[in-house]
Amino acid sequence: MITKALGVLSLVLMIAALYLIFLYAPLEATMGATQKIFYFHLPQAISSYVSALLLGFGCIMYLWKGDLKWDRFGSSVAELGLMFTATTIISGMIWAKPAWGTYWVWDARLTLQFILGLLFVAYFMLRAYLPNREKRAMLSCVFGLLAMVDVPFNYGSIYWWRTQHPQPVVSPGGGGLDPQMQVALLASFAAWGFLYAYLLRQRIAVAKVEEQVEYLEHVVQSA
Amino acid sequence: MKALRAIIFKDIVVEMRNKESVSSMLMFGLLSIVIFNFAFQSSGVDRSFLGPGILWVAFTFAGIIGLNRSLSMELDNDCMQGLLLAPLSRGDLYLAKVASNYAFMMIAELFVLPAFVLFYNLRFDAKIAEIVGVAAVATLGFVAIGTILSMISANTRMKEVMLPIMQIPITVPVIIASVEATGMILRGETDGITFPLAVLGTFSIVYLTASYMVIEYVVEE
Repeated sequence: MITKALGVLSLVLMIAALYLIFLYAPLEATMGATQKIFYFHLPQAISSYVSALLLGFGCIMYLWKGDLKWDRFGSSVAELGLMFTATTIISGMIWAKPAWGTYWVWDARLTLQFILGLLFVAYFMLRAYLPNREKRAMLSCVFGLLAMVDVPFNYGSIYWWRTQHPQPVVSPGGGGLDPQMQVALLASFAAWGFLYAYLLRQRIAVAKVEEQVEYLEHVVQSA
Repeated sequence: MKALRAIIFKDIVVEMRNKESVSSMLMFGLLSIVIFNFAFQSSGVDRSFLGPGILWVAFTFAGIIGLNRSLSMELDNDCMQGLLLAPLSRGDLYLAKVASNYAFMMIAELFVLPAFVLFYNLRFDAKIAEIVGVAAVATLGFVAIGTILSMISANTRMKEVMLPIMQIPITVPVIIASVEATGMILRGETDGITFPLAVLGTFSIVYLTASYMVIEYVVEE
């Protein structure tokens, strides 16, 4: 019921956000239509970092409680994290080509996002090479925790190393957004937020079924 | 403490007898430097700019070889079971392995560094001692996370492949900070060196502590 409500809500909000982004918010003076990518890019980038945070939380909870539901939660948020990392990088690249003249530069935020993606991939590869369910949960949670501890270090060192990414306009030091643009951005955040919650609930439900299938396969094979 | 010392001593004795870990790291480090020479020979870029990157790529890959070797030595003939029966906590076992891995990696680096100075026409002076200082801190961070990751990867079907896949993204801050610190030393611009050294030091402390706390979940009888 909650999942269905989240799905409907995210669909309605997404349609509203699309209207606000493309028809309500004004065109940006210098970048024109390419700036519209920003309304999708930013919520997705934040979703990928939220996933990293939630993965760290799930891993701690599993190591503490030993309940497999936290491992399912961890692997589900990691999957969403990987998906949002990929869409952030792709949407960023589409924007970067007209804005910077190149798809990729080794700038701080781009590098960070890429490294975060590599950490998610390493987490999934580790899980794939661990056939035993309990061991998979335990070791991938330890790795997930150690990898998420790394995120602030990556953040600090890569920022210090280089940055040419546009400074965040919505941060305290940023230039600020046009009020109409702000409305569109907030709507986009809400739509992506609800979509995230919907996808997460669905993924956890699928993970539960996967586990039951795995168990049944095991029972059939050993019979 | 006595058991911890005994494990470090055991590792050193084994290494002195078979010389597998240090020699493989050393050879791999030297070969990396040789290969990079071919790759960058005609680029015309000043070698003091390329040098730090080359040096740390050599150290990183040599280190991964050493870590893989260190754990596979314990897995052969089920020596790990013997270690787990030793009267010390899992955390102390981890610290002992970190200490011996650190010692072997530092020895290999101390041999690779003069070769790097010679082949890249740098001068033997006080800067080399400063680079050793950076390496001492960076290697500790590298080994702190590498030792626990090698123990995790030992449980997988593809242990030699899994270690670098997990280790390299996590050690990105170590690689960035040590390459920058080494570059600053080689160029004589050491004003801002405190930040990379702080990153290296904090990384080492955080990962030593975190790994010490979670190692009991990784190593099971």
